[in-house]
Amino acid sequence: MLNLVSLILLFPLIGSAINGLAGKRLRKETVGYLACGAVGLSFFVSILVFCGLLLLPPEERLFEKRLFSWIESGSFRSLAALQVDPLSTLMILTVSGVGFLIHIYSIGYMHHDKGYHRYFCYLNLFTFSMLLLVLSNNFLLMFIGWEAVGLCSYLLIGFWFEKKSASDAAKKAFVVNRIGDFGFALGIMLIFLNFHSIDFTEIFSAASHGNFETGNFAITMITLLLFMGATGKSAQIPLYTWLPDAMEGPTPVSALIHAATMVTAGVYMIARCNVLYTLSPFTMTVVASIGAATALFAASIGLVQNDIKRVLAYSTISQLGYMFLACGVGAFTAGVFHLMTHAFFKALLFLGSGSVIHALSGEQDMRKMGGLKSHIPTTYKTFLIGTIAIAGIPPFAGFFSKDEILLEALIRGNFIYWSIGAIAALLTAFYMFRLLFITFHGESRVDHHVMEHIHESPKNMTLPLTTLAGLSFAGGFVGIPGASAINHFLSPVFGGHGHAEISGAETAEHHGAGLPYLMMVISTAIAIAGIFLAYQMYVKKPGLPKRLAERFRFIHKLLLNKYYVDEIYDAVFVNQIKKISTQILWKGVDVRVIDGSVNGIARLVGGIGNIFRLLQTGYIRNYAFYIVIGCIFIVVLAVFGR
Amino acid sequence: MPILSLITFLPVIGVFFILSMDSRRGELIRITTLLVSIVVFVLSLPLYFNFDPRGHEMQFVEKLPWIPSFGIHYHVGIDGISLFLILLTTFITPIAILASWHITKHLKEYMIAMLVLETGMIGVFISLDLFLFYVFWELMLIPMYLLIGIWGGPRRIYAAIKFFIYTMSGSVFMLLAIIALYFLNHRATGEYTFNLLEFYRLELSFAVQFWLFLAFAFAFAIKVPMFPFHTWLPDAHVEAPTAGSVILAGVLLKMGTYGFVRFCLPLFPAASHVFIPVVSWMAIVGIIYGALVSMVQDDLKKLVAYSSVSHLGFVMLGIFAFNIQGIEGGITQMINHGLSTGALFLVVGMLYERRHTRMIADFGGLTKRMPVFATLFLIVTLSSIGLPGLNGFVGEFLILLGAFKSRILYASIATSGIILAAVYMLWMFQRVMFHEIIHEENKTLKDINKREFAILLPLVLIIFWIGIYPNSFLRKMDASVNHLLKQAGGEVQTASHLQTQNVPVTPQIDIVSETETAW
Amino acid sequence: MITITHYLVLSAILFTVGVTGVLIRRNAIIIFMCIELMLNAVNLSFVACAHYLNSMQGQLFVFFTMTVAAAEAAVGLAIIVAVFRNKETVNIDDINIMKW
Repeated sequence: MLNLVSLILLFPLIGSAINGLAGKRLRKETVGYLACGAVGLSFFVSILVFCGLLLLPPEERLFEKRLFSWIESGSFRSLAALQVDPLSTLMILTVSGVGFLIHIYSIGYMHHDKGYHRYFCYLNLFTFSMLLLVLSNNFLLMFIGWEAVGLCSYLLIGFWFEKKSASDAAKKAFVVNRIGDFGFALGIMLIFLNFHSIDFTEIFSAASHGNFETGNFAITMITLLLFMGATGKSAQIPLYTWLPDAMEGPTPVSALIHAATMVTAGVYMIARCNVLYTLSPFTMTVVASIGAATALFAASIGLVQNDIKRVLAYSTISQLGYMFLACGVGAFTAGVFHLMTHAFFKALLFLGSGSVIHALSGEQDMRKMGGLKSHIPTTYKTFLIGTIAIAGIPPFAGFFSKDEILLEALIRGNFIYWSIGAIAALLTAFYMFRLLFITFHGESRVDHHVMEHIHESPKNMTLPLTTLAGLSFAGGFVGIPGASAINHFLSPVFGGHGHAEISGAETAEHHGAGLPYLMMVISTAIAIAGIFLAYQMYVKKPGLPKRLAERFRFIHKLLLNKYYVDEIYDAVFVNQIKKISTQILWKGVDVRVIDGSVNGIARLVGGIGNIFRLLQTGYIRNYAFYIVIGCIFIVVLAVFGR
Repeated sequence: MPILSLITFLPVIGVFFILSMDSRRGELIRITTLLVSIVVFVLSLPLYFNFDPRGHEMQFVEKLPWIPSFGIHYHVGIDGISLFLILLTTFITPIAILASWHITKHLKEYMIAMLVLETGMIGVFISLDLFLFYVFWELMLIPMYLLIGIWGGPRRIYAAIKFFIYTMSGSVFMLLAIIALYFLNHRATGEYTFNLLEFYRLELSFAVQFWLFLAFAFAFAIKVPMFPFHTWLPDAHVEAPTAGSVILAGVLLKMGTYGFVRFCLPLFPAASHVFIPVVSWMAIVGIIYGALVSMVQDDLKKLVAYSSVSHLGFVMLGIFAFNIQGIEGGITQMINHGLSTGALFLVVGMLYERRHTRMIADFGGLTKRMPVFATLFLIVTLSSIGLPGLNGFVGEFLILLGAFKSRILYASIATSGIILAAVYMLWMFQRVMFHEIIHEENKTLKDINKREFAILLPLVLIIFWIGIYPNSFLRKMDASVNHLLKQAGGEVQTASHLQTQNVPVTPQIDIVSETETAW
Repeated sequence: MITITHYLVLSAILFTVGVTGVLIRRNAIIIFMCIELMLNAVNLSFVACAHYLNSMQGQLFVFFTMTVAAAEAAVGLAIIVAVFRNKETVNIDDINIMKW
């Protein structure tokens, strides 16, 4: 069954190719079914592969399928080969599963769009790329997927290319990701230099067999460079700025790419390289700190945003920060677990917001919503489940994963990480319920023209919503502390580290067995506090937020303008580089200095020529005269010259 | 069958055919030229299939005396390095001819110039006799000069003369160096010959190598063009007709980099090693400088021209990494650049034919009117950016890997070029293809027709091919590149020894091999 | 006794006359005749020297010179005729089209 793994890639690729080449001539239904069918089949094969993997004993759960040799030069060799192990299986299940639901949802959501086939072509291509990213067995092949998902993200953010903001956002996303990829590419080269290979298995076995001592400089550099790639793809400080702008794309795209799958690639990559990362405590500190900082930073921005999708975008950044925090403290399982549950509930939330936007004929500003609860009940109910899940109320999915991260942050990290995580959790609960209350509760502030057309979304949109709601509710049960199936499943990949069991044992020694339960209570309390606060501010006393905003005008403005980071980047980097390039390099060096000197030489030669030109009268007589003079000169020289 | 001579001189035979035609029968002339160039391409394919990748020896060799009293021979042959450049030439030429369908001014002369150009270009890549090489080198200059000077844009005379004089001033030094080699060889062996393979065996003192390297490198650096000798390129590109730009970018620039690989490295290994820092820094400056200047251009062709400076900087960096990844990457990148930049010029040409402007500001929103065009344009753009899975990546990655192995610093700085590449290409693409259509004229644009599609499709297919299965190219060059490295690297030891003895110039010598890079 | 010197002096005088003519006359035809004069002066010295040295080479060369002179006369006159048709003059002061 494991041999089928290449089919997982093949189906979306074919779907994309057909829709891309012939989609214009196909009927809309065909296009949609084709795309969904491709991803659905992919999901089905993923399940088969998963089952196949389960049939093997845990220590043998590593399967490689070689397709062909991709780039070979000298001692460098990169195969096109796929790797099936618990981590990649978990990822393909998540990607193809969530992707499948979002494909179905898109049929309804994009129904009226003119670029229907183009959309599905990109979406399938994205699925292919993401699956390639998680299935590849070496860094370079992973890099293809890594960049290809960036490309699809570019194409899909800029899907409505007539809008300047959309195409700007698309370009920004690609370029910012490229900055990260710069690090990633250097990281790969450094890996090759040190390991003479870029195959995961070879590298990790070399690294784990003690060829490199902990804190090795090369390993630290490698991991830092790879992490640089991760900050780009997974929108961490300082390269997070593209993600909020990416909300210009169609909402299902935001759900699939900018929430559930692509942005988690960084987390996946770090989890994949856990062997390397654990060898470098310094990098781990960097990862954890950046993760924690991003979690808090993005959450604080999310507090005051008014665009429904932007709130979700910042929440995504913040949640990704959590995952990095988990990886940074060495709790890879917790990171991957949160990655999975986050995929469920964030996809749900995005699709839910898409359903709201759909109902309101494209309105995204929450200030023009309100009281939608009764108009779009299914959306409301599923959205509520998603919100509870992300806020971290037991027994919803988000609770287990977030709780595990906080617990690990305390045990393996330190109190600062935990407290940052806890504050971010408080903020998350607050702004998510703020979103919920403003959008669905209270009085309607919807324009009545829009109000007339308000409608619940069609079946093919609500079905994915309810499915995802189910997953958001139940998805956490695979990771119940103490009997964690996911821990057990992933243990071959994460080896000795990243285990909650082991840390649990340590915990028992150091802190007493009650700590995990105490932490559960605390994090639940935090979530409830956040929800209560939001309830007080946005349901009970609707005037309060405004007064607060006026009271703390400076902070409010700072948050509303996202700390002015975009403006600072523009002023410091973008504009300066443009100015230098135009004024100094092009008009200065190129035109003035180089061309100036070249043309100067030409003019000099021309000037000298102009003097000699005077000899050229055009009268043959004069020329003959010169000849005679010349002859006489030669004769004189011959006779008297000796 | 003397296949190399056949493909080299078939275009000339075609010229005689065309000469005999009535210049009013445009269609006939066009189709004949196209057919000739296609036949040349088809005939060049056996070169690929019959090429034996195991040996580093020259293959398909032909040697006839030409001017025996001076030791000049008609001596041609190819190895794994020139093979692909020849294929690139024979592949690009029909495309360029197909792209000049709209030419009406002096059509006959135009097509003759194209065919002569093809002969010159192929000749340069197959010559193993330096005299013959020089003849071809100058031969291809003339039709290109005419293409720019007669069929070019408004400032064509300036551009053509600039192009000509720049190249000439470089090649004069090369001629001097060739003659010097001729006599040095005579002094060493007592035989007068221009045979390159004989010259390879010469053991030159470092001082001699130093100056001869400079002379050759000067000629090639102008041709590449490396910063700061690049300013002829934007002018030539902007003024040249589309096909001229395509060939200029696709093949002519490669002669510079090819020259480095074929002549500078194996003939003057010690000097080449000494010049690693100089050339590498010039390459790096070229990469970043070209990218930055490209970014702020408002003329499409200028933008692509400056991007060439950046891309060829990568090639030079790879070649001077002195290891197999670098050089194979460099050669791959030569091909890639020929394909993707050639395609970019074709794309720009198509826009120019429609709107008679190349200013970026005059476009915008074209995707809506020209979806097929947009797709092809995007693929070409991405290949130029170096997206993995397309051709550009294979070359760039191998180059950077090679450079990284020899000098981490160089590669680290150069890698930032890939960020800038994304910036300037995507920004251009956005301004041309995205947004609403603002200009009335753009609202009636037609999508590409069958001929234009036929021009771009083969390019796009090969872009994918190299990106997905580069081994079909890399394997053919292995033996030759390894041999080259042996020639260029093997003498390092003696050379460094010589250098410490009697040469005042003492930049540090880089011992390049599979040694561990120190941190 | 007429020695070789006499021939050579005569040849030199004729040549100088030819040169002077070429330099100072304006009429293209006359200039043309002066050129012929110069050629014949040279012929004279060839023949004289050949006789003096008792060698046939000088004589041979005279034939070459005469052939060239004949060809030159043909081409030159044709050019002059062509110029006259265009410019209606053979005054060389009016013919300076070689000036760039």
